[in-house]
Amino acid sequence: MSLPLECYLVVSTLLFFIGVFGFIVRKNLISILMSIELILNAASINFIAFNRFLFPDQLEGFMYSLFIIVVAAAETAVAISIIINVYRKKKNIDVKSINELKY
Amino acid sequence: MFVILACSILFFGVMTVTSTKILRAATSLFFVLFGIAGLYLQMNYEFLAAVQLSVYAGGIVVLFIFAIFLVKNLGEEKEKLSKFKSIMGGLAAVSGLAISLTIILKEKVFVTADTVRADEIAASIDMKWVGDTLMGTERFQYLLPFEAASVLLLACIIGGLVVAQINKKEEEI
Repeated sequence: MSLPLECYLVVSTLLFFIGVFGFIVRKNLISILMSIELILNAASINFIAFNRFLFPDQLEGFMYSLFIIVVAAAETAVAISIIINVYRKKKNIDVKSINELKY
Repeated sequence: MFVILACSILFFGVMTVTSTKILRAATSLFFVLFGIAGLYLQMNYEFLAAVQLSVYAGGIVVLFIFAIFLVKNLGEEKEKLSKFKSIMGGLAAVSGLAISLTIILKEKVFVTADTVRADEIAASIDMKWVGDTLMGTERFQYLLPFEAASVLLLACIIGGLVVAQINKKEEEI
């Protein structure tokens, strides 16, 4: 059984824009981070689908999404430590409350 | 099977970004990652599905839930979504979605290779091939990014510790 490539691309596009919507709308830092995870996963599905359907001879997209997962894990760990630090100083994690660099 | 996976991914994705309770959002994120691992399995990439489950579902979601618990009064407090912002965000997302979907579905940019052969190759992926690809130094082999990722993880451990530690001098002031 093999579905056309477009099925996977449509799912990943929808997921990507769900992530973009969340990134714009949410005000909570942790929710924004979750939206970023959705976006990264959509990119990863794309890499895998391209590898599987267009260039099955090498494992290029496979390795790319492996490294995407590694980078996402590292990024999330550092971001959460920053969020906890911000919470210690501000007592909340709204993006509205972090505006020292704005002016 | 694909339809079920796709529907659950999209449903829980929407739940992740729209639910006002943040713990519920984290749980929905878990199910999204689960469904994506299912997609990888369906494409015959078992190793990647295992990595996805263990790193994302086992590591990152637990990290999120810990962060939610550490940050007080976040679990019960409801976050209000402002109307103007959600309209603008929806507009941006829908317009981008329309452009991308038109390009993907109307223009036949992607010429798919021989699908039967692709299925055979994907079914024959074994751990030896994955390991050779990850550890080799030739073309289409990825030793250098692998080592760079190890340095990145070390830097991330140190950075996380340094950022999250309690600064005693500042607390006294």
